[in-house]
Amino acid sequence: MSDAQVIPLNPEREPGDGKERASGFPGEQAVAGALRFMRRRLEGSYDVDDFGFDRELTHDVLVPAMRPLYEKWFRVEVHGIENVPAEGGALIVANHSGTVALDSLMTQVALADHHPAHRELRMLGADLVFATPFLGTLARRAGHTLACNPDAERLLESGELVGVWPEGFKGTGKLYTERYRLQRFGRGGFVSAALRTGRPIIPTSIVGAEEIYPILADAKLVARMLGVPYFPLTPTFTWLGPLGMIPLPSKWHIEFGEPIATDVFTEGAADDPMLMFNLTDQVRETIQHTLYKLLMARRSVFF
Amino acid sequence: MARVVLVTGVSRYLGGRLARLLGQHPDVERVIGVDVIPPPSDIGAAEFVRADIRNPVIAKVIKAAAVDTVVHMNVIATPVHAGGRSAMKEINVIGTMQLLAACQRAASVERLVVKSSATVYGVSSKDPAMFTEDMEAVRLPRSGFAKDSVEVESYVRGFARRRPDVAVSMLRFANIMGPGIDTPMTRYFSLPVVPTVMGFDGRLQLTHEDDALAAMDAATWGDAPGTYNVGGAGVLMLSQAIAMSGRLNFPLPTPFASAARDLVRRLGYIDFTSEQIEHLKYGRGIDASRIRDRLGFAAQYSTMETFESFLQSHPMGRVLPWEPRHDRDTAGSEPVGSVTEIGGARE
Repeated sequence: MSDAQVIPLNPEREPGDGKERASGFPGEQAVAGALRFMRRRLEGSYDVDDFGFDRELTHDVLVPAMRPLYEKWFRVEVHGIENVPAEGGALIVANHSGTVALDSLMTQVALADHHPAHRELRMLGADLVFATPFLGTLARRAGHTLACNPDAERLLESGELVGVWPEGFKGTGKLYTERYRLQRFGRGGFVSAALRTGRPIIPTSIVGAEEIYPILADAKLVARMLGVPYFPLTPTFTWLGPLGMIPLPSKWHIEFGEPIATDVFTEGAADDPMLMFNLTDQVRETIQHTLYKLLMARRSVFF
Repeated sequence: MARVVLVTGVSRYLGGRLARLLGQHPDVERVIGVDVIPPPSDIGAAEFVRADIRNPVIAKVIKAAAVDTVVHMNVIATPVHAGGRSAMKEINVIGTMQLLAACQRAASVERLVVKSSATVYGVSSKDPAMFTEDMEAVRLPRSGFAKDSVEVESYVRGFARRRPDVAVSMLRFANIMGPGIDTPMTRYFSLPVVPTVMGFDGRLQLTHEDDALAAMDAATWGDAPGTYNVGGAGVLMLSQAIAMSGRLNFPLPTPFASAARDLVRRLGYIDFTSEQIEHLKYGRGIDASRIRDRLGFAAQYSTMETFESFLQSHPMGRVLPWEPRHDRDTAGSEPVGSVTEIGGARE
């Protein structure tokens, strides 16, 4: 199994954990609630939206399952949550790191738990995610969809909060020596989605995710054989077997920056490549500077 | 203005019902239904003419009756009915070519409405969540009904270029289901143990058969020709649909899934193409807002309601032991004793 396919293991193992925890709870109500939930699942009486987002599963199982990781393991500190609007569409653009895309999941928990409006984050993922068994269907249920402009625009237009990590695999698969150095921002498709829908861009900086699985080397040959973008060798992976999949308990900070308005441009601005490049650079620079600021302020990687 | 309407494929379920429906319209003078065999059910005021659209004789029918509206329903998805895949392809592709050739020569033809399918968008993991009419397939279909639909659409577009005076409409339907229709999809969900592909769960969008007819009717009389998606609101996950039906979901690893497909195919029960396996894996959603905005047509049944209506009219029996609670507003409970009706799949 490659690292790209390791991603599902956490959320996937944990739905079961969540249920067991609920049914093992001394309160009778919790048990009854869990049984009702199981019954609804077995009967298929629940709803998913057009993208396959399963609200109930995400709220009741997936986010609670990630919460201990968020609160106890990474002890995430959130800054600037007031920059995320309480309603309406907005595009969260963040740096990507950490070998396994835990940073997007932690951002999802941050917004669900710590935003006053408990906002749901709809994330845009790489096509490889959706072609991978188990991971793809789980990702859809958790609110991810394919990173493409039609989907991004459809979500933004319907007032959803959309998260995008434009560095993609270049961000998660970079070596530890390149930590906190932003990679190229794809083709900047996310800017055109925000421009076309007139929704603000919120540059977001995540510190701490770089240290969870420090990539010392990339076994390119193995990656090619497995058909994955990279195959990481970390201080613990693959040497310690499954134990090597435990992320290091780094201390995280997520800072939501000031929104960049996109409804101030004229009609057809999305077709102006120069404006697009400038906006993309502006977002990238903002994230990079915030990263430096957060890094300067942090006392240690783990505290 | 009284209209003379020609409907193809009237001996099949949807074609027959559409001919009857069109015959009730006040503006209609004549409805001529054509097919190679007489319709098994009543087609109402419509007249039946035995003609094969694969044969140039169809041109004579159009000319003799001075047909002004042609409704092409004879693009079929079930090779079992057609007598095999090659016959099906011939009916779909050669039939459409002949019909369009006849229409091109007939000066009386003013309007053409074609039943197409959302399968023209193909299926892949790189698909957007919802296709609009302007989008193209990420991965073009390569086999079966889906490929036929792509070819039929390209012939229709060619016809529209050569006869710009004809108002051409194509309706791309999400999988049609309901109480009466028999498609590979309805047969699939009637299996006591439903094989799926392990690790994948497609988003299914369905069109109720009544909505399909209403949409064809709206496109036939409406003033806004064009290509339209038609489908019920919302999607169902495949696993969710199987759970609702009370059947047993049997996930198979990908290689075994293909083997299982070959088996049911050889048994002649369901013709499943590799295209349909991909559909079960990834599913597809289509955006049906254009037909609502331009023709004022909105599907009465959501995808969920369509599937419930299919389940209620197919007393298939539940393999799983519990009964569903109908807390949704679906009146009518599971018929008593239905458990015995699935042929000994469960005692």
